[in-house]
Amino acid sequence: MTESNKNLKNSDIGYISAINGSLIEIKGLEHQIKLHDLIKIVSYGIIGEVIHIHSDHVVAQCFENLYNLKLFEKVINLHEPLSMELAPGLLSNIFDGIQRPLKEIFINSKGLGFMERGIEIPSLSRKKKWHFIPTSKLDEKLSGGDVVGTVQETPLIEHKIMIPPRHSGTLSYIVEEGDYTIIDEIYRLKNRKNEVALNMMQKWPVTTNRPYLNRISPNQPLYTGIRTIDLMFPIAMGGTVAVPGGFGTGKTVIQQSLAKWCNADVIVFVGCGERGNEMADVLKEFTKIIDPKSGRPLLERIILIANTSNMPVSAREASIFSGVTMAEYYRDMGYNVAVLADSTSRWAESLREISGLLEEMPAEEGYPAYLPSKLSSFYERAGVVKTIGNSASGKDNLGSLTIIGSVSPPAGDFSEPVTATTKRFVQAYWALDANLAYSKHYPAINWLDSYSNYPDYISEWYYERDIDWPEIDIDWFGCRNRVNEILSKENDLKNITQLIGEENLPEEQRLILFISRLIKEGFLLQNAFDNIDNYTDIKKLLGQIKLILLLNDETKELLKQGFFIEDIKNFEVINDILRVSHSVPNNDFDQILNIKVKLLKEIQSLKLTSGGIKR
Amino acid sequence: MSVIYRKIQEIIGPLLFLSNNHDVKYGEIVKIYSDDGTTRNGQVLKMDEEIIVIEVFEDTKGLSSENSNILFTEDSFKIKISDFDMFGRVFDSLGKPIDLSQKSLKESNIITNIEKDIYGTPINPYAREYPSDVIQTGISAIDGLFTLIRGQKLPIFSGQGLPHNKLVAQIVSQAKVLTEEPFLIIFCGIGIIQDEAIFFLNRFKESGNIQNIISFINFADDPVIERLIIPRVALTTAEYFAFEKEMHVLVVLTDITNYAEALRELSSAKEEIPSRKGYPGYLYSDLASIYERTGKIKGKKGSITQIPVLTMPSDSITHPVPDTTGYITEGQLVLNRNLNKKGIYPPIEVLASISRLMKDGIGKKTTREDHADVSSQLLSSYSDYLDVKDLISIVGEEGLNFEQKALLKFGDDFEQKFLNQQRNENRNFSQTLSIAWKILSDLPKSQLFRIHDHFMNKYYID
Repeated sequence: MTESNKNLKNSDIGYISAINGSLIEIKGLEHQIKLHDLIKIVSYGIIGEVIHIHSDHVVAQCFENLYNLKLFEKVINLHEPLSMELAPGLLSNIFDGIQRPLKEIFINSKGLGFMERGIEIPSLSRKKKWHFIPTSKLDEKLSGGDVVGTVQETPLIEHKIMIPPRHSGTLSYIVEEGDYTIIDEIYRLKNRKNEVALNMMQKWPVTTNRPYLNRISPNQPLYTGIRTIDLMFPIAMGGTVAVPGGFGTGKTVIQQSLAKWCNADVIVFVGCGERGNEMADVLKEFTKIIDPKSGRPLLERIILIANTSNMPVSAREASIFSGVTMAEYYRDMGYNVAVLADSTSRWAESLREISGLLEEMPAEEGYPAYLPSKLSSFYERAGVVKTIGNSASGKDNLGSLTIIGSVSPPAGDFSEPVTATTKRFVQAYWALDANLAYSKHYPAINWLDSYSNYPDYISEWYYERDIDWPEIDIDWFGCRNRVNEILSKENDLKNITQLIGEENLPEEQRLILFISRLIKEGFLLQNAFDNIDNYTDIKKLLGQIKLILLLNDETKELLKQGFFIEDIKNFEVINDILRVSHSVPNNDFDQILNIKVKLLKEIQSLKLTSGGIKR
Repeated sequence: MSVIYRKIQEIIGPLLFLSNNHDVKYGEIVKIYSDDGTTRNGQVLKMDEEIIVIEVFEDTKGLSSENSNILFTEDSFKIKISDFDMFGRVFDSLGKPIDLSQKSLKESNIITNIEKDIYGTPINPYAREYPSDVIQTGISAIDGLFTLIRGQKLPIFSGQGLPHNKLVAQIVSQAKVLTEEPFLIIFCGIGIIQDEAIFFLNRFKESGNIQNIISFINFADDPVIERLIIPRVALTTAEYFAFEKEMHVLVVLTDITNYAEALRELSSAKEEIPSRKGYPGYLYSDLASIYERTGKIKGKKGSITQIPVLTMPSDSITHPVPDTTGYITEGQLVLNRNLNKKGIYPPIEVLASISRLMKDGIGKKTTREDHADVSSQLLSSYSDYLDVKDLISIVGEEGLNFEQKALLKFGDDFEQKFLNQQRNENRNFSQTLSIAWKILSDLPKSQLFRIHDHFMNKYYID
C-alpha cells in the first residue's frame, strides 16, 4: 500500500469535496479509478476504499476516523484493491483488519500503546531474513501455485514459496540456498513475451477467491477433542459451521478450545469487533500452550487478526476477508487451514453502519439487502480443493479451508437476520443455549437444536478408528444414532415427568432418564480448563460413550428380567463412568477397559445375588 | 483564526445548515450565540463544498436564520486535566468545577496546560497486558464469587428500585488494591438526579476516602448531548492518570441506560435508520468505544477498571442496552428483585452473574490458594439449593432426605451470612473466605466434590 505513490499522473490526484462520518467524496479521480481500489489522504496517511463512482466524484470509505480533516486535502489513487501481503512472517504474528502489523506498531510507538492515525508500516517485515531452500531446478516449466522453494517459517510450519497465480514460464534463474528478505529477488520466470523477476512475496486482493483446480468432497473430520462436537455434531475439514449464542454462553471458550486443539495445520483467528482483553488472553495463552506433538508453542501455527470493537468499523468489515485470504494462501500450500471468526455478527453490524451512512434502503432490522450475498461470499470460500500447483511427488496436492464463525444474536434470539441468514450457508450449526449455560453445563451446545450434515462424509474415518468391543457392536455412527435417540426420547418425557414425578414412570422410561443424565454429566459436560478433560481423543471418546451405551443395553435386559432401575443406580461403576472425563488421560485406555470389566462384573453379580426376581 | 457566521440557511431539528465558505475542520466544535444571550454548542457533522451541517447539542428552539452568531472554534472536544487540584472535587461534563447543592459553576477554574482530546484512540490489542491483579471491594459476593480484576470492565445490571446506588457508593468507599500502589476512583454520573448526586457525595465524604475520588456529574435535566460527552471526559481523565501517572484507576459510570437513551434521542433527531427498540445500529460500536477504554498496557504500571451501572428497563436482561453491554464487558453482576424483597443486601443473583477475568487473578499469590475451589463449590451448591427449594413446593419439607436438608440450611446461610452484609461492612478476602468455609461446613464433606482434598483438610470445620 505504501510503495506505489511514485510517478503520479494528474488523473491520479484528487481532493476531498465532502466528509460524512467515515465516508469522503473525492473529486478528480472519477475518470481513472476502479471500483474498490484504494485511495490515500496524503497528509494524514489515511487509507480508504472506493465504494461508489459518480460522474463528477467518487465515494470512499476510510479505514480510520476523519476528525480534524479539512476539505480540499489531497487524495491519491493507489491503483490496487485492498490486498494482503502473503509471504513468510504471517504466522505467530498479529494484524489489524487491514493487515497492519500490531506488534511492529507497538514497538514503533515507543511504548505508547495506542493506535495513532495514519501509521505507515509495511505489513510484513522487509528486513527480516528467511532461510530459503530452492526445490525447483533451472529450465523447469512452472506455473501458478508451483513451489520453487521452501522456508521454515516457524518450527511447526514449512512455508512453501509458490509462484503467484496467473504467472508461468521457464525458471531462468533461482538463487542458491541462503538467507533472503521477502523483497529480495529469488527467481525469474521466462516466457515468450518477457522475463519476470520475482521475490517471496505475493499480494492478493481480499475479496477475490484464490484460484484452485477443482473442489472435492470433504472426507476427513476436523477433530476437535470436544466430545459433543466430535460425536454429535462433527465437522469436516473444508466445512463450514456457525456457532450462535447469547452472551455468556461460551462462544469464545469454544473458539479458543478449537484454536488450541483442533487438528488443522494452520489457524487464522479473526477477532472481529470483540474485546481487546480477549485478544491479549489469546496471545498469552497460545505462547504458553505447547503443542504435544512438536513441543513448540501453539502460537507458531496461528495468525491473529485483531480488530476490536472500538477500532474503526470499515477495517472490521475487511477483517474477515483479510483472514480468509491468508487462509487460502496456506491452503494452496497443501495445508489444512481453519478460520475462526469471532464474531460474524459484529462484522454484519459494520456492514449495517456503513450502509446507514450511505443512506441505502435497509432490509430487515436495518441490515442492508446485500447481507446474504456478502455472507455467502465469505462462507463459500471454505472447502477441500485440488490446488493449482503440483506437489513435488507428482500426486494431487490437496488443501482445505474450514470456516467456523460465531454469531452473537441480540437477546439470544436465533431468528434475527444474521443467524437466520448464516444458517443458509453453513453445513453445521452449534446452537449455544442460555439455559444450559445458566446451569453451568458447558459446552452449552444444545443437542436438540444443533445439527451437522457432515457425518455421512466422514464416517469412514471414524469407522477405521473404531474400538471393537464384542459386548456392544456399534461403531461411531451407530453411537451417534443411539445417543440422539435417547436424548430426544428424554425430551419427550420431560413434561410428563414434571407432572407425575420421576418415581411414577415405568421402569423403561426411568432408564431413559437415567441414561440421559449419564450422557449429559458423564459425556457431554466437558471442562475446557481441566488439564485432562480439555481434549478427548477418538479412542477415549468411543470408550466413554460405549461404556454408557453398554450399561444401557445390559440394564434393559435386566429390567426385562424383573430388576429395578434402583438396583442399577447403586452400582459402584456408575461413579467411575462419571469420572472418566476428568480422571482418565487419553493415553490410558486400559482404565476404560477396567471399568468395562467392572461393569460387566457388577451386572453378573446382581444377576446371581437376586437370581432374577420377577415383578 | 476563528470564523463567525451570521446566517443559517436551514434549521431542521438539531441540525443547522450553513453555506460553506471557509476551511472547516471535520468534527470541529462551534458555539452558537443567540441574541437572547444564550450560548449553544455544536459540532460539524457533515460538510461538502456548499454546505456545512452542524449538530447542535442543546435545544434549537428559538433559533432563527438571522438571530445568531456562529463561531467556529477550530478545536475538538478537549478536557483540561490538572495533576493536583482535581482530587476530591466535582466537575460537570465540560470539566468545570460545580457546586452540587446549587447546581452552579464554582468560581475556581482548574489552572493547567494539560489538554486531552476526549475521543481518545483505541488501545493497540497487541499492547494490552492481560489483567490478572485483584481489587478488593470488601463485599463478599463480589470478592468471593466474582472478583474484580484490575483492567476489567464489570457492569452492574440493576433495575429501578434496587439498591445499586448504595452498592456503588459502598464499592467506591471501600475499594482498594492490595499492593501499596496509588489508587484513584473516578465517579461519573450520567443523567442522574440531584438527590442521587448529593447522596453519593455524602457517602464519599463519610468514607474518608474523598481525596482519592474525582467526580463528574451530568444531571438529569442537563442537555442530552452532555450525557454523550461526560463518560468520555471521565475516561480521558482516567487514561491520563493511569497511563501517564501510573495510578490504578477505577471508573464508575452510572447510569449507562441514560447514556444509551441520549444516543437514541440524537439518532432519531438525525433521522437515522433505527435497529432494535429504536436504538441506532451503531449502539454496539458506540458503547464499545466507552467500555474498551479499560485495561492495562505493556510496560506501564497503571490500569483502568470500569464498573458501568445500568438499569434494565422492566428488568429485562434482553433489552438492547444490557444485552449489548453483556457482549462487550467481561462479565456482569445482576441484581435480583426477590432477594432484595427478602432483605438481602447486596441482592446479587449469583447464578446470573459472572466475572470472566477472575480465573487468572485469584489464588495463592493474590487472594488465597483455596479461592477458586471455594467459589466454584458455593455456586454449585447454591444451584442445588435452589433445586431443593423447587422440590419443597412439590413434596414439602418432610419429604427431603438428609443431604437435601443440609443443602437447605446451607442455602439459607449463604444468603443470610455470605451474601448479606451491612452497608458499611468492609470484609477483606480472608474474612470473606472464612465465612464461606463456615457455611460450606453445613454440608457433609462428601457433597463438596469441587474442593481439593488438601483444602478440605485445612479449612473444613467439623
